[in-house]
Amino acid sequence: MQIFFQQVINGLSLGSIYALLALGYTMVYGIIKLINFAHGDIYMLGAFWGYYVINVWHFNFVLALLSAMVVCGLSGVIIEYLAYRPLRHSPRITALITAIGVSFFLENGMSYLFGSNARDFPQAVKQVNYNIGGVRISNIQLEILLTSCILMLILQLIIKRTKMGRAMRAVSVDNAAAELVGVDLNRTISFTFALGSAMAGAAGVMIGLYYNSIDPLMGLTPGIKAFVAAVVGGIGSVPGASLGGFLIGLLETLVQSIGLSAYKDAVVYVVLIVILLIRPMGIFGKNVKEKV
Amino acid sequence: MIGLKANFKYNICWFIIMITGFYLMNTLIMVGLVDSFIENMFVMIWINIILATGLNLIIGFAGQFSLGHAGFMAIGAYTTAIITQKAVSIGGFYVSFIVGMIIAVIAALLVGIPTLRLRGDYLAIATMGAAEIIRIIINNMKITNGPAGMFNIPQFATWPIVYVMMCITTIVTVNFINSRGGRVIKSVREDEIAAEAMGINTTKWKLAAFVLGAATAAIAGSLHASYLQTIAPNDFGIMESISILIIVVLGGVGSVTGTFVAAVVLGVLDTVLQDFGTLRMVIYAAALILIMVFKPSGLLGTREISIRRLFSYIKRRSV
Repeated sequence: MQIFFQQVINGLSLGSIYALLALGYTMVYGIIKLINFAHGDIYMLGAFWGYYVINVWHFNFVLALLSAMVVCGLSGVIIEYLAYRPLRHSPRITALITAIGVSFFLENGMSYLFGSNARDFPQAVKQVNYNIGGVRISNIQLEILLTSCILMLILQLIIKRTKMGRAMRAVSVDNAAAELVGVDLNRTISFTFALGSAMAGAAGVMIGLYYNSIDPLMGLTPGIKAFVAAVVGGIGSVPGASLGGFLIGLLETLVQSIGLSAYKDAVVYVVLIVILLIRPMGIFGKNVKEKV
Repeated sequence: MIGLKANFKYNICWFIIMITGFYLMNTLIMVGLVDSFIENMFVMIWINIILATGLNLIIGFAGQFSLGHAGFMAIGAYTTAIITQKAVSIGGFYVSFIVGMIIAVIAALLVGIPTLRLRGDYLAIATMGAAEIIRIIINNMKITNGPAGMFNIPQFATWPIVYVMMCITTIVTVNFINSRGGRVIKSVREDEIAAEAMGINTTKWKLAAFVLGAATAAIAGSLHASYLQTIAPNDFGIMESISILIIVVLGGVGSVTGTFVAAVVLGVLDTVLQDFGTLRMVIYAAALILIMVFKPSGLLGTREISIRRLFSYIKRRSV
């Protein structure tokens, strides 16, 4: 039982990282129907930014987190402006290939500039372990859980309560109609990219703190898993992405703990396919009826 | 179903062109203009053409967005690796071809029957997941030597074999596209509901395209394993599926000629950039983004080089 709860704690920490990443995927997909393959690499940029400012400018954790969010938000907006905006009216598969191109560009650009070796993330927070009933929880895990929950709440508030959030929801339902009632499409899409990328940046700093190791290709696998999480939760839905992220994180650690760590990715994909077959729109997705 | 007879005249023309190409290559090697380095480049381009043509059939003509092509390629590659290591003969190589194709077809049926109900990006993610599952299973099996991969695979796939296989798979695919079956899958691509209303069993035809694509991917995998002599599960990950997809989209979704052009362009680009080290992938990525931004429909769009049209053009000219 203790082992089980230990794994649940580990799974929740990992899951909250996936959830933060999945939010970016789900918002961008909801609004322009693009699988933003470069999202995982924004997360990598966030981790490298955190590495840099903590090492060189001696930022503390909170400052590093916030600055990474700003930097990543900006880079998300720039990427959208340069690479995706010219393609808004071309076939979606073209935009997808461009996103893959951006992803390659960021990964290899970072490898070229900083080398492809893994590097140790500086310990901005001293690790303290708490022991609650035989379950070991580190303060870093608590911090990750808490920070991501706060970020998700803020995001939910922005989407539900602000004018920009309402514009985002309107664009995701029907962008032409939203434009007709006066929503500035370009600004809304830029804002969505900024929000999603900021979440990814935060996730990047936190994963650096948690795993202590970062490299230019670190965004690839978590990016794909986070997208799976977004699909499982129901693409376009913010609570769905959070739930999907936690679900995938828990599943992965639990499979690992019963000795099938070689198959942990396979199990994630099996769950994905099964959920897609039973509920193609995901757990929280809206069922859109097809009209002829 | 394949429609070889109806297009007999045009097939003969293509056949002659292919034989000419073969002798051209042969002569270039004999006079020493093509060394082993360039020969290697050609063979990799041809293998990519086989892969991308099969994927273009699924994505461009049947309209089903599959991201799992590398999985079927892995099946072909590992079948050939295992069989030819046990039975070291050219016969064993050909047997491994057939066995690899059969296994890939079975896998494609298993993957396709449930997932082809999905649409668009959901199908892409599901097929990507299926391909990853295939890769992870290979990664954990004893007979495939796990994550280390297999090496010292006997080399039976020389350039003429790869060339001939590329010609055969292209002829079969193009004839399928120009047959009744091809028109059916194109109608499914244009409007699935309308096609269904016309009495077409859409699931059956989507599956047919998917299975044919998977079979050609297995062939390409066999050639890949036998030519390069070493394979590892990580060669067949998501990145491989994506690089095949890039060839298809860069050439133009729905254009076989475009696939040929894009495979050659990317293959040559790859070889030319070899000296640049890490910078190579940066340039490659930048080139990819720029081509997509300025030419969103791919290099050729949906245009094709067609001998049929050439003939009718000449006929109109002479009248």
